[in-house]
Amino acid sequence: MAQHQVNYTQDGGLPVALTSVDKIVNWGRSNSLWAMTYGLACCGIEMMASGASRYDFDRFGTIFRASPRQSDLMIVAGTLTKKHAEFIKRLYDQMPEPRWVISMGSCANTGGMFNTYATVQGVDRVIPVDLYLPGCAPRPETLQYAVMMLQKKIRSEKAGKSQRQKRLV
Amino acid sequence: MRKYVPKDDVQKKSYYTDRFWVAPQVAKSPVESDDVFASDLAAIKAKFEVIDSYIQVEQMVVVINPADNYAVAQILKDECDYNQLSECSAIDWLAKKGQFEVFYQFLSMSKRKRVRIKCFIDKDQAVESLNPLYRSADWAEREMYDMLGVKVNNHPYMKRILMPDDWVGHPLLKTYPLQGDEAASWYEVDRIYGKEARDIIGPENREPAEVNRYDTERFGRLGHEVSRGEEFKEDQAAKPLGYQEEGGVFAVSKFQEDDAVVITDRKR
Repeated sequence: MAQHQVNYTQDGGLPVALTSVDKIVNWGRSNSLWAMTYGLACCGIEMMASGASRYDFDRFGTIFRASPRQSDLMIVAGTLTKKHAEFIKRLYDQMPEPRWVISMGSCANTGGMFNTYATVQGVDRVIPVDLYLPGCAPRPETLQYAVMMLQKKIRSEKAGKSQRQKRLV
Repeated sequence: MRKYVPKDDVQKKSYYTDRFWVAPQVAKSPVESDDVFASDLAAIKAKFEVIDSYIQVEQMVVVINPADNYAVAQILKDECDYNQLSECSAIDWLAKKGQFEVFYQFLSMSKRKRVRIKCFIDKDQAVESLNPLYRSADWAEREMYDMLGVKVNNHPYMKRILMPDDWVGHPLLKTYPLQGDEAASWYEVDRIYGKEARDIIGPENREPAEVNRYDTERFGRLGHEVSRGEEFKEDQAAKPLGYQEEGGVFAVSKFQEDDAVVITDRKR
């Protein structure tokens, strides 16, 4: 039987750690960002690479889910066409709150090089975006950095207070 | 050849606007120069009027009347052994001739030959569907309708294939603006939020290189930063970029070029 030695003179004499509710809730939220698989174009390839073994998103707690009902984060990776716009809104509405959106790549940010009739000129015309990630396409390291920045943002939010409803309209 | 125009200001335009340029034609040769094509053309000519026929890039081109397109395709399939319809679409010549050019590209696997059947139709004229003969005509004709508005008779499912069903206009028409018309520019807003939301969401930003220093929500000016959403004034005090090692922090000091010593004597 292993012998555990507890130093009762340290940490107030008890084997506990004290924290605030905000901190522990945000710790939980930011370290288990389950992302929705939303590869729309070539950025999707980079997003897949980020999730695969070399870049390994799992160590940030970011696990890709195939259902919007199980995800906290939507990474819009690629060109959003006008035909598809209503579906991205529908999937966003199916995600439980609190939810976050990363707009990945130039096409998702502003329409990018597709300055045409069929492309939505930025996903922020359809859903509210928390973080814009520039690049064409951003490398997996950049996406990792974006997720880390989003984690930083989540940690700075007040968890106890009900979140401001993110709405475009 | 196209008339030469100076391209000094080409960088100032976001894209090239000469869209009615027509490529110079490749040389045509008579159909009689190829025995296989000559017999195929004779089979068509026996029953239908042929307006024009020639060989271009080793492919026979036959211009027929639009009413004959189904029957000619049947001859090509049954008698001449052209067993594949590899492509079918239309070209917008409305500005030049007031007509669409509808073309069908056939391939014969056994003869290893390709034939293109062309016909010219008016703006509101419909063509007969080749779907009963060639299954590939199904989607190709739907795309032709979607992109150019050429209607096809007796098609099993004459709906748009690429654009959404409630789209306005046909995008491959030469008169259709590249960045979309009024309906296209508001399509996703109208579809999702309704027309009332147009004011809230605002028009599309079609200027990809837009920089607006007064829009502090989205832009910052280097060396003149203000906090997000704060009003930017013209006489904004400059905040020069500084480096933390300028004065020197723990274990880091900035390299001063004046203090550098250049060693000239190698054996010093």
